[in-house]
Amino acid sequence: MAYPQYRYTPQHEWINAKGDTATIGITDYAQHELGDVVFVELPAVGAKLEKGKSLGSVESVKAVSDIYAPTSGQVIEANGELQNQPETINSDPHGAGWLVKIKLADPADLHTLMDAAAYEAYIAEKKEASA
Amino acid sequence: MPVRSVLSNEMSEKIKAASRHTSRNEHLIFEKSSPGKRAFDLPPLDVPAADPKRALGEFHRGEGVQGFPEVSEIEVIRHFTRLSTWNYAIDLGMYPLGSCTMKYNPRVNEFVARLAGLATEHPYQPQELSQGCLRILSLLEKCLLEITGMEAITLQPAAGAQGELTGLLLVRAFHQKNGNPRNKVLIPDSAHGTNPATVVIAGYEVENIKSNAEGQVDIGKLREQVNENVAALMLTNPSTLGIFEQQIPEIAEILHSKGALLYMDGANMNALTGVTRPGRMGVDVMHLNLHKTFSTPHGGGGPGAGPVAIKKFLEPFLPVPVLVERPAGTFALDFHRKESIGRVRAFGGNFGVLVRALAYILAYGPEVRQATEDAVLNANYIRKQLEGVFDLPYTRPSMHEVVFSDAIQKRHGVNTMDIAKRLIDYGFHPYTTAFPLIVPGALMIEPTESESKEECDYFIDAMKSIAEEAEKQPELVKTAPHTTRVRRLDEVGAARKPILRWKSPEKVSGATG
Amino acid sequence: MRYLPKSPTEREQMLAAIGAESIDELFASVPEAYRLKEPLELPGPLSEAEVIQYFQARASENSAGYTSFLGAGIYAHLRSVVTDTILQRGEFLTSYTPYQAEMAQGTLQAIFEFQTLMCQLTGQEVANASMYDGSTATTEAVLMAERVTGRQRVLVARSVHPEYRDVLRTYAKNSGLHVEEVPFTPSGTVDLNAVKSLVNDDVCAVVVQSPNFFGAIEKLDGLADIARNAGALLVVAINEALSLGLLKPPREADIVAMEGQSFGLAPSYGGPFVGVIASREKYVRQMPGRLAGQTTDQEGRRGFVLTLATREQHIRREKATSNICTNQALCALAATVHLSLLGKAGIREMAAQNLAKAQFALQELEKVPGVKRGFSAPFFNEFVLELPRSVKLVNAELLKSKIIGPYVLGAAYPELTKHALVCVTETIPRSEIERFATELKMALEVPV
Repeated sequence: MAYPQYRYTPQHEWINAKGDTATIGITDYAQHELGDVVFVELPAVGAKLEKGKSLGSVESVKAVSDIYAPTSGQVIEANGELQNQPETINSDPHGAGWLVKIKLADPADLHTLMDAAAYEAYIAEKKEASA
Repeated sequence: MPVRSVLSNEMSEKIKAASRHTSRNEHLIFEKSSPGKRAFDLPPLDVPAADPKRALGEFHRGEGVQGFPEVSEIEVIRHFTRLSTWNYAIDLGMYPLGSCTMKYNPRVNEFVARLAGLATEHPYQPQELSQGCLRILSLLEKCLLEITGMEAITLQPAAGAQGELTGLLLVRAFHQKNGNPRNKVLIPDSAHGTNPATVVIAGYEVENIKSNAEGQVDIGKLREQVNENVAALMLTNPSTLGIFEQQIPEIAEILHSKGALLYMDGANMNALTGVTRPGRMGVDVMHLNLHKTFSTPHGGGGPGAGPVAIKKFLEPFLPVPVLVERPAGTFALDFHRKESIGRVRAFGGNFGVLVRALAYILAYGPEVRQATEDAVLNANYIRKQLEGVFDLPYTRPSMHEVVFSDAIQKRHGVNTMDIAKRLIDYGFHPYTTAFPLIVPGALMIEPTESESKEECDYFIDAMKSIAEEAEKQPELVKTAPHTTRVRRLDEVGAARKPILRWKSPEKVSGATG
Repeated sequence: MRYLPKSPTEREQMLAAIGAESIDELFASVPEAYRLKEPLELPGPLSEAEVIQYFQARASENSAGYTSFLGAGIYAHLRSVVTDTILQRGEFLTSYTPYQAEMAQGTLQAIFEFQTLMCQLTGQEVANASMYDGSTATTEAVLMAERVTGRQRVLVARSVHPEYRDVLRTYAKNSGLHVEEVPFTPSGTVDLNAVKSLVNDDVCAVVVQSPNFFGAIEKLDGLADIARNAGALLVVAINEALSLGLLKPPREADIVAMEGQSFGLAPSYGGPFVGVIASREKYVRQMPGRLAGQTTDQEGRRGFVLTLATREQHIRREKATSNICTNQALCALAATVHLSLLGKAGIREMAAQNLAKAQFALQELEKVPGVKRGFSAPFFNEFVLELPRSVKLVNAELLKSKIIGPYVLGAAYPELTKHALVCVTETIPRSEIERFATELKMALEVPV
């Protein structure tokens, strides 16, 4: 698939910034690895996120994955839909399956992350390595 | 397989209920209940009845427990007998589950555990009226010390995981006494999940140590990682790959030189009993799983017992009470242990399980070595026959278990889970899938000594057949099992919207209950 | 050896197939220096008859022929032989943990029924598939409260079983939990005012037991209010599960930690028993241990699976809610069968018999000169007596008449110097209760 023009982390989170706010989620690659999502643990509104630290987790039947903050910021909204419909992360990981919206501490920091092309190359390598 | 009826549709409709009788459909006990039925009578009360309202006042439960079963004795017998027929069990056939040691559960063990005079005793009764129980505990302690080559032991922990915790608490108490409790425990990446979970509960940090290319502890890495912050290394030997850690003397030396201790997870003792002793190998503290090596029944998931055996220097820290032998030859429980880590559970231990383990040991005596030899023989026989059919990622000699991977079958899109599910159609319980974590797509097989050559051959034939199916009819394997009562249960749904209890229809509709 | 299904010929055939000359070759990976040259020095091998003889001899060296008035966390109750008939079916006794659901629907449905029964009894919304015992269940309940609230102080009533408090202290020492004890009032129940003054927003759990160690029933609504106002969870431990046959369920509790031994498990010198954690649905993801959940298969049939396993050690590893792996499945099955046999009417009747026997016993014992009731709170089948002299000495006298006297409270409660905890269940005949009163009177008349 063609990954949207977001920014990406090696832990398979995506971040889509607009001005000084951004939306965070996990990528299609990540949801595929996890399998059917059964539960999502998200931070509360107002929580301060630190780049690289866990902000919550996504659970499937067989595994739990921590989600790491791609950059620092403060949570302004968490996706309440996911409480009742965690499967949205599987069906629409880059859209309706978003996890949190944050106010960015440093918008410029996003330039240190991979762009869509770099991320696609990154996961292509991963797929080859495990084949 | 669903029975295809040759009867007319009308007939089929009429006997639908009967055709699903006895073992096909059994509802919940609550769904079979009906007011007024009862299954148990008590002898008549021989004292004046008490008025519960007067005696209990506001605490009195007005009506009976809502929704509680109301069935007759025969319905109880039929209900649970029918449920039991849906289970696989050792009494039926092999469980090739790695590191579980699913061996025969001798029936005499059940008989002796139930004896009046043993099953009836209360741990708070006077010690002079408990000498029979205490003698049993003392003999079991002696036997387990002889088997492990260790110097002291506690029988208190209720299971392996609790034994691990007790062992780590002993380690901590030791380091604390020496002035520095230290803060890390090293765990190989091949370890069982209880190991890291236990480390955290014991108040330590987990530090993973990567295995080398042969699936053993990497001595170089160990040397780098062991320092004065490391309290212990938790080692399973043989490892979860079924391979003996040959460098255990170096491992012990490296740890001891930095004042750290060697903890051995004794889950795989079935490869060692009577052949060698951990106490000789530099192990400072270890736990045993009586429900694995020592034949106490799994019972669908417990109870077990996890005794912890130690070297003398850890003895002051043992949980209370400690069993002591008096000069007169009587036994007593010593509660005055100043440096003890305390209790890990109420009362003395899972006595009923301990009795079963002792019965097993007494039945074998010194001949228990033969059981170990047969266990290793079976595992190697299976390995030899399946090598080449399944990928063998680690080629060092196997002891009582062997770990293959699904690499060959993966080429046809079939993975270890699929193979395991297809094995069910051949009449076996699956082996351990997806563990240890260092082998992607693992097939972990431990037959134990309880399998005859005939059973091993059946198993080998089944595995070979599935390997062929994986190549020629992968879809058959991927959609297995085909012959069980229920097929591919929806685990995702169960986790998304958990239903964890039955609710009476009135309750569901919102009425109180 | 009768447990080993191999003939010497078969062993040879298998060795040949492997290509090994002898079994010793298969142990080559064990360094020579470690290999035992002599057989282990173990008693045996014993035939089946000799094994039985050994244990029968031990059984005769215990308390056969004595009548016991001990409770204190372990209770002698009637058990039907039907329970063992079911338990001893090989498909239950010798089956494994139900990780492969298709091959273990029997175990899983039985666990689901157990979870349901525990919810019905305790008035809670969800219960797990058992913990090791009541003491570890209580500790795990506290750890659960810690996870839910993020706080580290625990208030425990002194009227909770002393060994339960010991276990909590052992676990707390290494986890940063800070445990403080709350005194009891002269009526034998927890001091509410003390709880009120000690509780604050650092407290994760207030822990009480009901009926408590003295047999006294605790009022929970006041405690629940105090805990809730401080944002702490109310943990209620239960030792005598049969009490729920006649007592109101502890709905006010946030977490119930119960010992289920009274339901079909023999005292067995201390174990194995069965612990239960029951709580509100909203806390289920913080609950330790296994959970059986209802689901459907491909063809829409109802079935059961272990669920929410991601909380557990085999997936979460160091982030697990607990390290517990084994539960007490067979013991939980015993409880499930036992309760199905007792049923709605039976559990009430058995509880009523206990209440009646205990009331009768108290009445008879209070007639003995010098004997006083220790606490005024209502009780179920255990109560405290205050004697005019040391309980230890009195018990020594009673032993001569083949009576195992009540539990000596002075060891765990130094201020209760002459107090004893008497337990009377439905298993004690009236004549033995009367004899106890008679012997007690005589024991108190013996010159000191």
